[in-house]
Amino acid sequence: GYEITFSLLNPDPKSHTVDWDIEGAVNRFVKPVLDKLSLVANFSVDSQILYYAVLGVTPRYDKESSSFLLSAHSLPHVINPVEARLGSSAASLYPVLNFLLYVPERSHSPLYIQDKDGAPVSTNAFHSPRWGGIMVYNVEAPASPQTSLPLHVDVDMARVMEVFLAQLRLLFGLSQEEVPPEFLLESPGNEGLADWELDHLLWAHTVENIATVSTTLTSLAQLLDKIGNIVIKDDVASEVYRAVASVQSAVTELSLGHLLAAFQASKEAVTCSERAFFDPSLLHLLYFPDDQKFAIYIPLFLPMAVPILLSLAKIVRETRLRKKEPTKMD
Amino acid sequence: GGMAAAVLLLLLLLAAAGPAPGRADAGRERRDALREELLLSPLPTGDVAATFQFRTRWDADLQRGAVSHYRLFPKALGRLVAALGVRELHLALTQGFWRTRYWGQPPLQAPAGAELWVWFQPTVTDVDKAWKELSNILSGIFCASLNFIDSTNTVIPTASFKPLGLANGTDHHLLRYAVLPREVVCTENLTPWKKLLPCGSKAGLAVLLKAERLFHSSYHSQAVHIRPICRDASCLALSWELRQTLTVVFDFFSSGQGKKDWSLFKMFSRTLTDACPLASQSKVYVDISPKNKEKELLEVSPPPTSVHEAIVQGDRRTYAVYDLLSPSLFNTSRSLNVQLKWKRPQDSSEMPIPTLHAQRYVGGYGLQTGEICTLIYNTHPYRAFPVILLETVPWYLRLYVHTLTIITKGKENKPSYIHYQPAQDRSRPHLLEMLIQLPANSVTKITIQFERALLKWTEYPPDPNHGFYVGSSVLSALVPSVTAMKDMDVEQSPLFTSLFPSSDGSSYFVRLYTEPLLVNLPTPDFSMPYNVICLTCTVVAVCYGSFYNLLTRTFHVEEPSRGGLAKRLANVIRKFRGVPPL
Repeated sequence: GYEITFSLLNPDPKSHTVDWDIEGAVNRFVKPVLDKLSLVANFSVDSQILYYAVLGVTPRYDKESSSFLLSAHSLPHVINPVEARLGSSAASLYPVLNFLLYVPERSHSPLYIQDKDGAPVSTNAFHSPRWGGIMVYNVEAPASPQTSLPLHVDVDMARVMEVFLAQLRLLFGLSQEEVPPEFLLESPGNEGLADWELDHLLWAHTVENIATVSTTLTSLAQLLDKIGNIVIKDDVASEVYRAVASVQSAVTELSLGHLLAAFQASKEAVTCSERAFFDPSLLHLLYFPDDQKFAIYIPLFLPMAVPILLSLAKIVRETRLRKKEPTKMD
Repeated sequence: GGMAAAVLLLLLLLAAAGPAPGRADAGRERRDALREELLLSPLPTGDVAATFQFRTRWDADLQRGAVSHYRLFPKALGRLVAALGVRELHLALTQGFWRTRYWGQPPLQAPAGAELWVWFQPTVTDVDKAWKELSNILSGIFCASLNFIDSTNTVIPTASFKPLGLANGTDHHLLRYAVLPREVVCTENLTPWKKLLPCGSKAGLAVLLKAERLFHSSYHSQAVHIRPICRDASCLALSWELRQTLTVVFDFFSSGQGKKDWSLFKMFSRTLTDACPLASQSKVYVDISPKNKEKELLEVSPPPTSVHEAIVQGDRRTYAVYDLLSPSLFNTSRSLNVQLKWKRPQDSSEMPIPTLHAQRYVGGYGLQTGEICTLIYNTHPYRAFPVILLETVPWYLRLYVHTLTIITKGKENKPSYIHYQPAQDRSRPHLLEMLIQLPANSVTKITIQFERALLKWTEYPPDPNHGFYVGSSVLSALVPSVTAMKDMDVEQSPLFTSLFPSSDGSSYFVRLYTEPLLVNLPTPDFSMPYNVICLTCTVVAVCYGSFYNLLTRTFHVEEPSRGGLAKRLANVIRKFRGVPPL
């Protein structure tokens, strides 16, 4: 499953009072997309508003456009300081996708993101794979300098969700396909992604899962070869058998074209193989390597054994000499 | 290009199809509110105590798990409460000990170390599993070693620790209490605590919380309290309240440099510049109550915005109030530095004695047996009142309950309620709860003898250790107050008066903790295995080697040698001396 968190960052609550109807926006825009994707994974959505959360990078002032610019090479440094404020999702183990909406301070308004060529990005947003996306929402300066602070800002959720949903598609690997000019692409409608894109996603995940399972099980087999005296518990063994059976059924279903069944089988295979591989009883260091056993016993027994072996050798030499003597005397 | 067009098209369809909700005032009605408060109280010994309270109240129903959009309430705690079915959560991390005898009764005391007590919802089926998960998650959020809480230090009290928030039906099997006396509090516990505040430490009262001054103090306690409260007077709906409290006592000699005059800058090396923009109320209270019924001894500057009188813990007290949200406060200067000056030196001989205070120590000698003695003092001149004593003793001190004696004024005092649960080795500690009536103006001595157990060799701590800690015992009492207290509205009164729900106006609730104890357990000599190995190896080498040589040596005649190197060297020296050679 995945957890999706929408965060509104307001570094300057004295100047801006920002309101967003996140509940309504989630129900109208995000829920249909997630309902369609529910075949792939479970999703849970929540949101928060963080105050006094600043980006870690100071933007540069550009005189020609009289605005502040964040250059493309400073974008990787933005995420780390913000992540400290986002809070860990302590109550669950699912990976988190963060979508941040940043309203810049009055002293740094307006703020634009520059791409590699130096032109401002049209959506004023960027995303980071496996983490999420950040969008900068600029507030117009008040008409007259005497308006009282704080300014009240109502976020235009349609514009924001447009960008976030596009970023969500990219994070899932659904990029826009180039169609030849004779073909017309049907709009996906309310749900944000077409059936064939969902199928592509299922197929890609199934193949990835099968590859992961084979790598995990191979590593497990190699571990067993390296340490001869590992004890495999019964439940670990049954998980391994289940993983193998699920992988085989997934491959069969894929060849028959039943995508959904193949995906479920591959998901089960991954869960079983991970559970078997990460079982605490398989920890490598729990087992004594043989050379450590030698290192313990040698200092005790070697000093005692050396005189015994030497005298044994002497006895053998003497008996051999005595055996030869009668033949010599004769 | 094309992708953006496709998504734009879909959203235009959505925008046209779905009705736009009325946005005019949907965002303006707030369902959560923040109040912050700082209370400065000079203590009789010349020290000063500062208590910060940050209270976030959220009109939402976290139980049903439907709510997941957070604003002022921190998301980490909200998800924890919803996911694990927590009804009340109280976590306190404390360094130092509150000396009740010299400092008076604290507004909210916590035992040394870490203390966690939680009431779960009745819908939770496996309370122990939820408790274990909760302590592990909190250990991650607050960077404290709360993951050491397990069945050997968790108890289920039956009479103490009644819920402080709304409760319908109290089945005590939903309560868990654990204390870790060894836990140390430092900056890495303060930082995540500050991160939970909506304004962080950038605005409002929290700018004063700088670690280098806070930990240079005699007592430092930070706590988090989550409980459900009534949304309004009719109590038809629930709200959730999160209180974050921090109490710090600055020492007269080390922080005050021997002078009784205190100021915000002297205590925190910071001053206040503004209130948190998200707070609906932000106030500083200074306790200027006259002691000993004389004229005011304490003078505060700058002049306060108002003066508030309240009956707190049975006494009538006066407070100077600085309202950070009132525009007149920052007119003259940009920062607020509250200064406390004494008009006349205070007589140190007239220190007021608190009505209820207690002491605990270990008696006996040697490493086999001992005795835990608790002394409870009731200094009220004519009123008697009952007190509930909760003692949690680890399993390795084997208590003998037949040696329990309670003596008041020379006579035996039988408790009206005793709940004792004996320990099980390595799985459960001792739990002793008693309801004792304290006569007026008396000292009650409670003694119980114990025997120290021998642990398994892996259970001993490393060599340089303090000993084994026994957690503080808890005394809960409704102390009769000198002046009658009126029922106050929680929203209007200062935060430090509404910590504990008051049932009637004639007494106030107090929870005191005694000192933690340190005991030494009989420790075996851990160098013996090494000694045994050395001795055995020596004996084997020497005796075996000699006997073996004697038994198997063969003797044969040896030719006299021409002389080795030593003989030749000796001959050379003899030639020099002119003596005939060997």
